[in-house]
Amino acid sequence: MAVKAAGRAASRTHYHDGPDVKPELIQLLTPEGERVEHPDYPLELSADEIKALYRDLVLVRRIDFEAIALQRQGELGIWASLLGQEAAQVGSGRALGPRDMAFPTYREHGVAWCRGLDPAKLLELFRGVSHGGWDPKAHNIHLYTIVIGAQTLHATGYAMGIQRDGAVGENGEAAIAYFGDGATSQGDVNEAFIWASVNNAPVVFFCQNNQWAISEPLDRQTRIPLYLRAHGFGFPGLRVDGNDVFACLAVTRQAMQAAREGQGPTLIEAYTYRMGAHTTTDDPTRYRLSAELESWKLKDPIERVKQYLIRSGMAKEDFFAEISAEADEVGNRTRTSCLEMPDPDPASMFDNIYADPSALLAEERAQLVSYLSSFAEGDER
Amino acid sequence: MTTLTLSKALNEGLRKAMENDAKVLIMGEDVGKLGGVFRVTDGLQKDFGEDRVIDTPLAESGIVGTAIGLALRGYRPVCEIQFDGFVYPAFDQIVSQLAKMTYRSLGKVRLPVVVRIPFGGGIGAVEHHSESPEALFAHIPGLRVVACGDPADAFAMIQKSVICDDPVIFFEPKRRYWDKSEVDTVGGLAAAPSIDQARTLVSGDQVTLLCYGPMVRTCVEAASAALAEGKSVEVINLRSLSPLDIPTIVTSVRKTGRCVVVHEAPVTFGLGAEIAARITQECFYSLEAPVLRVGGYSTPYPPSRIEEYYLPDLDRVLDAVDRSLAY
Repeated sequence: MAVKAAGRAASRTHYHDGPDVKPELIQLLTPEGERVEHPDYPLELSADEIKALYRDLVLVRRIDFEAIALQRQGELGIWASLLGQEAAQVGSGRALGPRDMAFPTYREHGVAWCRGLDPAKLLELFRGVSHGGWDPKAHNIHLYTIVIGAQTLHATGYAMGIQRDGAVGENGEAAIAYFGDGATSQGDVNEAFIWASVNNAPVVFFCQNNQWAISEPLDRQTRIPLYLRAHGFGFPGLRVDGNDVFACLAVTRQAMQAAREGQGPTLIEAYTYRMGAHTTTDDPTRYRLSAELESWKLKDPIERVKQYLIRSGMAKEDFFAEISAEADEVGNRTRTSCLEMPDPDPASMFDNIYADPSALLAEERAQLVSYLSSFAEGDER
Repeated sequence: MTTLTLSKALNEGLRKAMENDAKVLIMGEDVGKLGGVFRVTDGLQKDFGEDRVIDTPLAESGIVGTAIGLALRGYRPVCEIQFDGFVYPAFDQIVSQLAKMTYRSLGKVRLPVVVRIPFGGGIGAVEHHSESPEALFAHIPGLRVVACGDPADAFAMIQKSVICDDPVIFFEPKRRYWDKSEVDTVGGLAAAPSIDQARTLVSGDQVTLLCYGPMVRTCVEAASAALAEGKSVEVINLRSLSPLDIPTIVTSVRKTGRCVVVHEAPVTFGLGAEIAARITQECFYSLEAPVLRVGGYSTPYPPSRIEEYYLPDLDRVLDAVDRSLAY
């Protein structure tokens, strides 16, 4: 009884298949680990800086692996893996200044790392100990936003605040909104583009196009390369190799600097791939082919930096061994912090709902405490 | 009779609805190839094609808004909202458009759209995945709001909701998706109660327990436990939250004189408040105790490590039954 779709999908040439538009992928480091130059994005990095990026990539992946293992062992309720997206997150994350503000989705573990947030705070959310709970101002990274795309408006509004504070120009500040390819369909994201554009707000829209919105491939969200949409909203867009940490760093630096100086928003489409499942509850074998995964494995974001470090003679085996050992240590620390995390006091659910005490909540809290103590006194049914 | 999980019962019900009417469409995020994150639409795209089972762009307002357009064109869309906490982007389309079109058109337009929403907690999820927003919809004139409680309910109610010419907000108890029971998948729908009707699941004469969705099983278990202690509890699965089946509720409470309403949603301004007010009005001289409510606290849904303290369970229901009987 299989029914063929009524021909719409094939009825029109995809915009990006046309002769006039060929998406340019900004790249500074090839998958083979060769450094290439781009006229618009010069990037000077010292050996130490490159090694530091490599370290970030490896440690972030290790934390992610550890979290997946913790979920498998029942220690986390769920985990959204960033596997494959390390370069996009570390490259952009390291392009931020301490006064810039990042607005993440729930997958930005690499960005959180770059902002200096303790990975244990991320585990709290996925373990179900809190809904995030960190102070966004402490490291200038807002809480993870789970509702798709909502944070792009928050970033835009924050950027409008920067303008009103006179913090645009020399030594200016900017905001960066992270989101995925699926989110570009949401009204909120399109509204954020409009607000940012008409206000010339100092915000960078960093879209990690990882090709999949759970089971839906990119062609369910768009017929044109996502970065081209920016033009219609009135600001520049570009596509960068999201698995190239150098290129992600370079383009984000430039876009953030433009925003800080008052040149308004930029849309960066980091072209990457979700190597793992959407979350630990998802099974991607139901909807995508392993050949696709295999082809992206050849573009691994970490391996290319390693190859570059080796070929250029910047690092030898002892460096990689040292990073590997540190990764084990960070992994163990992540594990320990998770296992040692106490469950919240049940009565804490009544905290932080309003600025001032609420009579209703006080009453309910007293009811719960009294009810629970009735069990403690052995009043078992 | 066939043994089905609640998820599979919905799947079978949707399949029948699609077989019976070529205008029935399914639309939502991940409903096609994946079959939905709870597998409710598993296999339907393969059998009915991409024109009838549509993997939509990731935009809830778009899902409901385009469903309205499809309905205007004569289709019967069944929308899936992936999780309760993701319905709010579609709230404007539901409240201002879907609910009011018939009224605005003086009855010339009918919008037979079903919006399926997995709801409730107890699955250890992160925030926005465990909410019970039914009262928000029950407050909106023009919407029918229903909740299935077991596989038999699910199978019949989804089909009746699709046939219904009004918009239906269809709540599915996500922590009960894998509960199994016997379902008559062969007999006609005519034998099943209408979506307006409550079902008395356990007969009793001392206290009436009113529940729906995930609390149905909890309340049936509570009635068994109460019976073991010599207390006779009547359990009514409301099924329809708007409109409420007032005659069934009133008949029971006039008999028992006591009523406890149970839902996961916060008690404050919840369904229980409306029900208690109606019971007070209709059963005032029969009541032996005030109508009691068991539900969530007046807090956002808490982190999952303490959700067991937020959610009504067997003990809290029995505690309320005892308090009612103590009056």
